[in-house]
Amino acid sequence: MTSTDTRPPTGDAPGRPSQPTVVRRDRVVIRFAGDSGDGMQLTGDRFTSETASFGNDLSTLPNYPAEIRAPAGTLPGVSSFQVHFADFDILTPGDRPDVLVAMNPAALRANIGDLPKGGIVIVNTDEFTPRNLTKVGYAGNPLEDDSLADFQVHRVAMATLTRGALESTGLSKKDAERAKNMFALGLLSWMYSRPQGSTERFLREKFAKRPDLAEANVLAFRAGHAYGETTEAFAVVYEVAKAKLPAGTYRQITGNTALAYGIVAATHVTGLEVLLGSYPITPATDILHELSRHKAFGVTTVQAEDEIAGVGAALGASFGGRLGVTTTSGPGVALKAETIGLAVALELPLLVIDVQRGGPSTGLPTKTEQADLLQALHGRNGESPVPVIAPQTPGDCFDAVLDAVRMAVTHRTPVILLSDGALANGSEPWQVPDVAALPTVDPAFATEPNAPDGSGAFWPYLRDPGTLARPWAVPGTPGLEHRIGGLEKADGSGSISYDPANHERMVHLRAAKVAGIPVPDLEVDDPGGAAELLVLGWGSTYGPIGAAARRVRAMGRDVATAHLRHLNPFPANLGEVLGRYRAVLVPEMNLGQLASLLRSRYLVDAQSYTKMTGQPFKAEELQDVFLTHIPGAHS
Amino acid sequence: MSIDLGMPQLGGLDLVPQAEAPQTAKDFTSDQEVRWCPGCGDYAVLAAVRSFMPTLGIKRENTVFVSGIGCSSRFPYYMDTYGMHSIHGRAPAIATGLAVARPDLSVWVVTGDGDSLSIGGNHLIHALRRNVNLKILLFNNRIYGLTKGQYSPTSETGKVTKSSPMGSVDHPFNPVSLALGAEATFVGRAIDSDRKGLTAVLQAAAAHRGTALVEIFQDCPIFNDGSFDVLRSPETAPQRLIKLTDGEPIRFGPVGDDGLGTFAVVREGFGLRVAEAADVDPADVVVHDAGDVHLAFALSRLSDQDLTHTVTGVFRDVQRTTYDDAVRAQVGAARATAERAGGPDLQSVLRGADTWTVED
Repeated sequence: MTSTDTRPPTGDAPGRPSQPTVVRRDRVVIRFAGDSGDGMQLTGDRFTSETASFGNDLSTLPNYPAEIRAPAGTLPGVSSFQVHFADFDILTPGDRPDVLVAMNPAALRANIGDLPKGGIVIVNTDEFTPRNLTKVGYAGNPLEDDSLADFQVHRVAMATLTRGALESTGLSKKDAERAKNMFALGLLSWMYSRPQGSTERFLREKFAKRPDLAEANVLAFRAGHAYGETTEAFAVVYEVAKAKLPAGTYRQITGNTALAYGIVAATHVTGLEVLLGSYPITPATDILHELSRHKAFGVTTVQAEDEIAGVGAALGASFGGRLGVTTTSGPGVALKAETIGLAVALELPLLVIDVQRGGPSTGLPTKTEQADLLQALHGRNGESPVPVIAPQTPGDCFDAVLDAVRMAVTHRTPVILLSDGALANGSEPWQVPDVAALPTVDPAFATEPNAPDGSGAFWPYLRDPGTLARPWAVPGTPGLEHRIGGLEKADGSGSISYDPANHERMVHLRAAKVAGIPVPDLEVDDPGGAAELLVLGWGSTYGPIGAAARRVRAMGRDVATAHLRHLNPFPANLGEVLGRYRAVLVPEMNLGQLASLLRSRYLVDAQSYTKMTGQPFKAEELQDVFLTHIPGAHS
Repeated sequence: MSIDLGMPQLGGLDLVPQAEAPQTAKDFTSDQEVRWCPGCGDYAVLAAVRSFMPTLGIKRENTVFVSGIGCSSRFPYYMDTYGMHSIHGRAPAIATGLAVARPDLSVWVVTGDGDSLSIGGNHLIHALRRNVNLKILLFNNRIYGLTKGQYSPTSETGKVTKSSPMGSVDHPFNPVSLALGAEATFVGRAIDSDRKGLTAVLQAAAAHRGTALVEIFQDCPIFNDGSFDVLRSPETAPQRLIKLTDGEPIRFGPVGDDGLGTFAVVREGFGLRVAEAADVDPADVVVHDAGDVHLAFALSRLSDQDLTHTVTGVFRDVQRTTYDDAVRAQVGAARATAERAGGPDLQSVLRGADTWTVED
C-alpha cells in the first residue's frame, strides 16, 4: 500500500518544499466524483478546459443522476465527471480512471470498483463521518482499515482546508466549504501541471455579480494548488505533453453545443432562417438553451406546449419557407411520430434531432443508449421513409447537422439525426471550421407555375426527375397557391387522390426519393489489409470501437473497422463491404437493431454484441469481444 | 373595437400586403369539387368566407388556411389560397410556427369541436394564451361526423350516439368559457346560416391582432340533424338568440315599444339573468363591453348549453401583445445589437472564448 497521511501545512513552519519528481505520462484518466450538490460537473468541466487550452487531446464522460438533488450523501446522489487526456489522439473518455477524486464516502463506494490496482485515490476526509459511512453501507471507515490497500490513497481534509483558506473572507462556514470543489480542482491542476489562468478568469466571470464568491472560489482554487506544492504529501507531479493534432485552431466542444452550432450555421449555408420548436427533455435541452442565445442569426426558438407542438411549429415554419427544426429525446420522438409522418407526406424540409437516452418509456434520462434506431427508421404509420444520420463524436455533431440540413432542403424531406447522451454531454477538442469554406445549400424555392399542360397552374407534386424532390413554393408567391396535406396526393397535380394505382406509385416514389439520396461510400479501416473480421458500428460507439481495434492490432491481430454515418439510405457499397469479410461484428448499445437490419437487407451473418447499462462501451471490453470474433481465434 | 392596454396598436392585417386589384369570391374558389354532405352547414360557412375574404383587401397569396382532421378540416382544399390539411388537433401548433415565421401572412385555422376541443385541446388553449396572430374558426356541430356519429366534447350529456347507446355520460365543454379561461383576447360566436352575423364576427376577428376564436354553430344533417334549429326558427329564435353589439344595451326578443327587444340581460349576483325589459329599470340593463372579461364570461354562461339563451357576436376583444410580434421583436433586437457590434459573426461564435492553435 502506498498511502500518505497529509495534514494541513502549519503557518509557522512553511519550510521549503522539496521538488517533486516529474513523471511523464502519455495519457491519464481522472474521475471527479462527489455528491450531486458538490459541483463535480463544473470541476470536471474546468479541468477539461485547462487541459484543452494546454493542448492535450481529450475526451470526457459526465455521469450524473436524473434527480436534481438526490438525498445528500447517498449512492443515487453521486455525480461524476471523467476526463481522459493524452499526448496523442484518443478516442474515448477512458475505461478506468487512473485517479479518483472522491468528495464523500458515497462517491468512493460508487466508483472505487472501477479503479485499477495501484490507482490514485484522493479523498475528502471531512465527509467520512460515521453517519455518512453508515448511509452508504460502510461498516467501518475504509480510510482506516486496509480495504484500500491496493491503491495510493491521499487523505485530504478538503472542507477544513478550504474553510481555513477563506477565513479572511468573512463567509459563513457553510458557504466557505462550498468552494471545496475548487480546492480539489486546484490540487489536481497542480498534480497534472495544468495552466491556471483560464479557471481564475472563468470564476471571476461566473460570479461577476458576487465578487465575494468569485474571490472565495479563486482563493480555494489557489489553496488547493498551494497545498499540492507545499505539503510534500504528493511526491510526484505528472506531465502529459501536448498532442500532435492536425494543424488548426481548436476549442473544446460537447455534442449538444456542436448540434446547436450546426443549426446556427445552417442559416449561413442555406440562407434560411431557422425556427426551432422544442419542448425541454433530457438530454437534449441544452440545444434549446444554446439556440435561444443566437437570435441574431435569424434563429427563432419556440418553447412549445408539448413535443407535438414543437415539431408542429417547426413544420409550419418549413411550410412558410423557413428551416424547421425540432430537438428531443426518444419519448419525444414517439410523440412527434405523426407529425414526422405528415412531413413525409407533405415532402417539406424538417430536421428532427433525437438525443437518445435509456428507454423504454422514461427509462434512464441521463444515461446513454442507441435503441431509437428502429424508431427513427420505422416508428410511423404507413410506408414512411425518412433519412437517418448519426454523428460519431461530439465535434462531428456539427457536420452531421449540416449533412442532414442539406438532405432535408435539397430533397424536401424530414431527416432524423440520432445523437445520444454520451455524445451530448461528452466533449473533445474540435477544430473550428472555416465558415467561408462550408458548402452552401440552395433552397431553390419555386417561383413559376409548372403545370406540364401549359395551363399556368402550379403542381406541387411535380417532381424533379433527378432527385424526385417536389417544388417548395412558399406562401406569398403569387400564382403558386396550392393546398397540401396528409391525404394521399395525385402524382404531379397534388390533388387529393384515392386512386389505387396512384397510391402505389406515390408510395414507391417517396421510397425511391429517399433511397436515391446520395451518401458517401463506407470507408473501411484495415491497416494490415488482412483482416477477416469486420467490426461495423454507428453513432457514439465510434470511439470505443476504434480504441479497441488499436489494442487488438497492437497485439498483432488484424481487425477491420467501419462506421456508418448514414443509416438511411445506407451507403451503396455497404453490401459489398459486408461480403468481403469472413465475420461481421456489430457492437451496439441496444439489442442488435442495426445487426438485424443488416441481416435482413444483405443476408449477412452479422453477429451482434450488445450493452444496455446506460454507459458507453469500454475499449478493454470490446477488445476481448473482437478477439473472440476473429475467425480462428480459438484454434 | 379594441381596448388599448398600452401596447403598440397594430391591426390584425397591418403587416399583410394589400392586393393590387379588387378580388372576388370566385378568386378565392379553388378548382376542387366540394365534397361535404348535402345540407351540411359547412357549405354556408364556406360561401360566407369566400365572399368575405376579398373584402379584406389583402393579397390572396398571402392568405393561408391550416386545418386539422374532420369534416370541416377539408375547408382549405376549397379555398384558392395557400393551405395545409394537417393532422388531428395539431393545426394551431402548425399555424403558430407559420405565423411566427411569416408576419406577412394572414393565417386562418379551420377546426371542429373534436379536432380543437378533444384531441387538440392542448394546442388550442396554448395558442389562445400566447395570443398568436391566428384566426381560429371552430366549427361546432356537437358531433363526430367524419367517423360517422359519435358524441363529441360539446355534445349534450345523455346524447344517444353510436358510441353512447345509453346516452353520453360526458359533460360538455362550453367553448366560449373555455377560450376566455385560456386568456383569449378575442372570442366570438356565430351561426352558420346567419351570413350577416357570421361575416360581422369574421371581420372583427380579422381586424384583431392576436388569436381570435370564432365558434360557429354548424349543422350536421346526417348525424346531428336540426341541432340548432331552435336558433333558426322564427318561432323560437327571437326568444333564445342574443346578438351582442359593443356599447349597446343587451336587449333581444320580439321588438317592443321602444324599438328594442322585449327581453333584457341584467346583472344578478356575480352573474347575469334574462328579464322582461318592461320589468326592469333601463339603467339596470347590461351594456355590452367587449373589454370586460367578467361580462364576457357571464354571457357565455347565461344558460346551460341547452340553447335556452344563446349569445352570438363578439364576447371579448382586447389588445395584448401577440406572441409572434414579441418573438420577432426579440429577434430584431438581437440582430440590431449584433449589427451595431459589426456582426452577427458566425466564425466568432464557433471559435468561442477559449481556443488554442496547433501548428504544422
